[in-house]
Amino acid sequence: MTEMGMVHVKGKNVGKVVLYALSTCGWCRKTKDFLSELGVKYDYVDTDLLAGKEQEDVRKEIKKWNPRCSFPTLVINNQQCVVGFDKNGIMEALKV
Amino acid sequence: MSSKISDDAIVRRMEKLNKEAEEGGYHLHPDKEFVKNLTKGLLINEKRYGYMACPCRLASGKKEEDLDLICPCDYRDQDLAEYGACYCALYVDDDIKAGKKEAQPIPERRPPPEERRNAKQSMMTASRGETGLISLTYPVWRCKVCGYLCARESPPLVCPICRATKERFERFL
Repeated sequence: MTEMGMVHVKGKNVGKVVLYALSTCGWCRKTKDFLSELGVKYDYVDTDLLAGKEQEDVRKEIKKWNPRCSFPTLVINNQQCVVGFDKNGIMEALKV
Repeated sequence: MSSKISDDAIVRRMEKLNKEAEEGGYHLHPDKEFVKNLTKGLLINEKRYGYMACPCRLASGKKEEDLDLICPCDYRDQDLAEYGACYCALYVDDDIKAGKKEAQPIPERRPPPEERRNAKQSMMTASRGETGLISLTYPVWRCKVCGYLCARESPPLVCPICRATKERFERFL
């Protein structure tokens, strides 16, 4: 599993929270803002800023959770996945 | 790298997009800040790929594979009809524009790569078959963005309705 391009955001530890995003996407931006609002610790990667093999690896990782490889894709504790800016889905998965 | 696009350039493009949208009967999202961020994304993509790929989708960087997601994308009008907003919510319907409804995130309509390849293949086979049956003075071309049809030797350089470029047209009849 790649950690390439991951950005760490500090906050309350509610488990391993990884957000696959695009730097240009409005819904990804809203998802980042929402996670910050919730005050949880998470890592994100802006997939469009990666090139070549790095981006390919991240795409593969996303597809394991979300075969359409759409953004944002949020993966919680390597167990659960929330696709899109789904506030209720995110709160349920994070149990906050 | 994203900071290199000036505020001025973003505002100018926003105004252009808004003018073209309104002239064609479309509307941009009422939240100016939201539209500004998406416009910045479009300009970043234009710089990065050479075309305005959808800011909410990951482009391949190969234009022929990304044609369907050049903004306005091939899926905008279907999403506007079904959800009142396009995938990014850059384009919205009357109710959302008027603030009567809020744009919600919607599911991805763009088929995965394998399906897109298959659809392209069968489209080519179908149009070859049909042209043998109907004899037309001129071929009919269809804009994949807005559905505009025209009968002439080749598609227009730019769609007069939605301003999609020539390569977004397909042979319809």
